[in-house]
Formats: sequence, structure tokens, C-alpha cells
Amino acid sequence: MLDFLARRIAISTVTFLLITLIVFTGVRMIPGDPARVLAGTDADEAGLQEIRVKYGLTDPIPVQYLRWLTLALQGDLGESIRTREPVVKTVAMKLPITMQLAAFALVIAIGIAIPAGIFSAIRRNTVWDLLANAVSLCGVSIPSFWLGIMLILFLSVRLHVLPASGFVSFLDDPLGNLQRMIMPAFVLGAALAAVLMRQTRNSMIEVLSANYIRTAYSKGLAERVVVFRHALRNGLIPIVTILGLQMGTLMGGAVVTEQIFVVPGFGRLIVEAVFTRDYPLVQGVVLITASAYVLINLLVDVSYSLMNPRIRVKGSADES
Amino acid sequence: MSPSDGTAMPAGAEHAASAPRRRRTWRRALRRPPAVVGAVVVFLFLLMALAAPWLATGDPIRTNWSQIRKAPTVAHLFGTDDLGRDVYSRVVWGARTSMQAGVFSILLAIAVGVPTGLVAGYYRRTVDQVIMRLTDAWLSFPFLILAIGLVTILGPSLTNATVAIGMAATPTYIRLTRGLVLGTVQEDYVQSARALGGGDARMMLRHILPNIFSALLVQATVSIPSAIIAEAILSFLGLGVQPPTPSWGTMLNTAQQFLETAPWMAWWPGLAIFCLALSFNLAGDGLRDFLDPKDY
Repeated sequence: MLDFLARRIAISTVTFLLITLIVFTGVRMIPGDPARVLAGTDADEAGLQEIRVKYGLTDPIPVQYLRWLTLALQGDLGESIRTREPVVKTVAMKLPITMQLAAFALVIAIGIAIPAGIFSAIRRNTVWDLLANAVSLCGVSIPSFWLGIMLILFLSVRLHVLPASGFVSFLDDPLGNLQRMIMPAFVLGAALAAVLMRQTRNSMIEVLSANYIRTAYSKGLAERVVVFRHALRNGLIPIVTILGLQMGTLMGGAVVTEQIFVVPGFGRLIVEAVFTRDYPLVQGVVLITASAYVLINLLVDVSYSLMNPRIRVKGSADES
Repeated sequence: MSPSDGTAMPAGAEHAASAPRRRRTWRRALRRPPAVVGAVVVFLFLLMALAAPWLATGDPIRTNWSQIRKAPTVAHLFGTDDLGRDVYSRVVWGARTSMQAGVFSILLAIAVGVPTGLVAGYYRRTVDQVIMRLTDAWLSFPFLILAIGLVTILGPSLTNATVAIGMAATPTYIRLTRGLVLGTVQEDYVQSARALGGGDARMMLRHILPNIFSALLVQATVSIPSAIIAEAILSFLGLGVQPPTPSWGTMLNTAQQFLETAPWMAWWPGLAIFCLALSFNLAGDGLRDFLDPKDY
């Protein structure tokens, strides 16, 4: 077990270091002189040189990388060019909003997908199964931003049931917060639900065809008991991994959803940063997102191995 | 399956068997109506993209100040937009943009990903370790965030959005190819070809690649719709195709400002993306079942 843990953590560390290398190289590849970006358009050559020396831009690239990495590990990702606020502070302010959105979306996705997937698997090849599959295929194919626009069109513009956009803090106005969060969360959750439902169905079908399930049935146990007591426990294990891997989709989806519903979260921040050419902010946001993804999947793998002793014995899950 | 699936058969016998086999293949294909419908619709969209100049009833770019945000009529089937342009013509031309972005980005991903995956899976050891760790790192960036980051570096345009989506999709192909190669290298026919003295390049190109081709094809069919949606998203955010070039994503971006007065502007471009993506997914699902040997 310890062996597995050490191996898994080592791999994640390597991945993280490579991520920092990719982000650092990526930002260096942006055309233009970073000193000019920092100094503004009206700086003269002497001013530019001063900035280059101040920010260490004259040092060799590996030295610059190491310095940047050391600072990043201490939580210093530089300042936003536009607001002069520390990047970490800016992100930390936006993060809770996106986390709330993502959490709601996750609840909606799981709430729809798991029951539907189980039901489809039990009633395999019936009308219900077909219908559930059709809905899930539509869910994968529908562009989330169009779904969002259509929801605004019908629920806000036509029926005036929900406010079209905006955000209020839950602490200030709980009801208003929920009213404004429900549509974006549904849009973000719908795509995830579609993927999750298919996986649940496949995984449950596989488990339900196992010998021990046949034994349980032949013992005369009720279907309810067989499905929920015997099959579900094993059937849901792969779903946890899929959930971890889908976190990236959720983070990417938040960018679009927040844009449509004008939710001032993490996703809107990155788009604004791109438009205002606020490179330190873009760099920080991308680095934080990728690192979060690695961390989440590390946690998923570790918890997975705790749940499933077979993995622990065999070694790393991604060893193939 | 294709004749190159490794079953050794004398040339003459294969020729004689090919006619009934082809008929059987057709019958098997037609047994999946949703997949057939999907393939047909994809084909229609392809035609629409190619024949856009003839199918469009008007100039997709010319503005007309006397026809601003008019509801659908016979003259303007899908209505007009905020600059008086014909929405139908813009949707038709938008198919070209979407197809271009969807198909070329995935071709790029295949062109880079498949050879890299082949090398990693074939040579294993250090090469494999280096490639796979890099792939893992690359995969840690959420697809859309990576594409946004790349567009930031490259600058917004259709070509750059296509390149960005292609690069973001590449690691999937490296992983998939490598996994498939690992499974194939152990097969007897590869081992015996090797025993007969086949060189590395010949092994990879003649013996391994043809056998993993169908799995790669299925993956391509299901990743093209994702790429199409990704282009629409980038354009919607203003990071892809730049106005006035018609793109479904930019059209939806404008449409969102006029939902109260001109809702038709939002219906058609979105419906087009949805139909195209759904058809690709239907066709891809069908293809997967069709190429699955267990299905015989």
C-alpha cells in the first residue's frame, strides 16, 4: 500500500513539474517583449532596461524558471498587470463562486445520472433504456452555451420564471442566489450527467452479469436487494474515477457557463484576462487549474485504492 | 473487416469471397438505422459546407440597414440579424467554418498523436516513459482551458483556433495509440513478422498500424463533434473566428444580446451545431459497434 502511494505521489509530482514547465514555456512563447507589456506603451529604452533588470528578465531562462517555480510554490504567482493585485488573491476571491456553481452542477449531474444509469442497466434494451440513452446522447451533443441561451430564452425572456443572469452572494440573499444559480448549474451539470449516465449504465451492466450476482438471484433474493446491496457497491467504483477525470470538463465548462449567465467566477476571470492580455493572470489561472486537476485525480486514485484492494496489490492503476 | 486484418488468405480465395462479404457488410451496416441516419446527416452537412456558395440565398457578410432583425419570412427563411444579414446564408456558410475546424484539428491531432503513440508503445523503456509523462502533464490541462491558453499565445483566428484544438486533442491519440500498440505487439502475427526479419518501420507501418486503424477511426468520429463544439465555444467567447466571417459560435454570441427582440437569431446556429454533433456521435457509436469483432 505504502509502495503504491509513494509511486503514485512520485508520478503526480513529475506531472506537476512538467505542467509548470509547459506553462512557463507557453508564456515565454507569447510574441512581444514582456518588459514592454509591464512598462506600458510609453516607456523608453532606458525604462525598459530598468524593468528587465528589476524582474530578472536578463537572467538565463533556466534561472528565471527556477525563480518563478520557487515563488509559485510559496504561493506567489505575481501581480495582475491590469489591477496590480496579487494573482493568488484575485483567484482566491473568484474561486468560491465557481466552487458553488461546480458543486451544484455535480449534485445535479449525479442526481440525474446515477439513478438513470442504474435503471437503464436493469431494464436493459427496453423502451426506457433506449430513451435514457437517447437523452444522454443528446446531452453529449448539445453545445452547453446554446442550452444556456435557450433556457434564458424560455425561462427568463418568455416565462419570466428565473432571472436571466447575474450573481448575488448566498450570505446576502440565499433565495436570490439559488434562483440565479439553478440555470447555470443545470447547464454545467447536464453535459456531465450525460457522460456519467453512460458510464454508470456500462459499469452496472458488467457487474450485473457477474457470477456472484447470478448466485444472489438464484438464492431467491429480491431484485432490489441484489441491485442495491450487491451490484451497486462494485458498479460505482469506476464511476469515482470517471468523476475525477471529468473535473477538467467541469472547470472548462464553467468558463462558458459563467460567460453566458454573467457569473463573476473563475471562468469569467480567465476570459477577461485573455482579452486584456493580462498574461500573469492567465498563467496563474491555467497553472492553478491544471495543478488542481492533478491533485484531485491523485486523491481519487488513492481513495480508489482504499476502496478496491485489488488495485493495491496489482500496483498503479495507470500501469498498462 | 478490411482485407488487411491479418487473416492469411490466398489472394484468389479472398477475391472470390469479396462480393458476398461486401453484401453482408452492407446488411450489417443497415441494421443500425440511427447510425445510418447520423452518417447521412454528416454527409449532408459536408455537402452544405462544400456547396455553400450555391446553397446560400444571399451574401453572408453584406449588411443591409433596412432589414435589421426581421423575423423569418420567405425572403429570409431564418430571419435577419442585427446588421440585416440573412441568417440562413450565414448558417450555411458557418457549416464550412465548423467542418474546417472540426476535421482539420482532429487530423492534426492524429498526425502528431498516432506516430508519437506508435513510437512510445513500440520502443517502450525510456522513450515511452518520457512521452507518457509529458502526455500526462499535457492531459492535466482541461481541454477548453488549454485551448484558451494556446489561443492566447497564438492570437485569435480560425486557423489558430483549429491548431489550438488540435494540440489540445493530441494527448488522447498518443494514449490511445500507445495502448493499442501494446496490445498488438504481443500478437502472433506481429511476432512472426518480426521473426522473419521485419525492420522497425515496417513492423509499425505494415503490421501494427493497419490493425489499430479501426479503433483510431472510431475515436476520430467521436472527437470531431467535440472539436466542432470547441470551435463554436472559442468563437462564442471571441477567441476563434473573427467577425464578419460567419461562424455558428460568433452568431450565437451576437444573438445573446437580442434574445428579447430577435430570438430566431439564437435558434438556428445552435440547432445546426447540435444536429451536426449528434449525427457525428450517432455515426461514431454505430461505427464502434460495427467494427467490434465480438458483434459477429
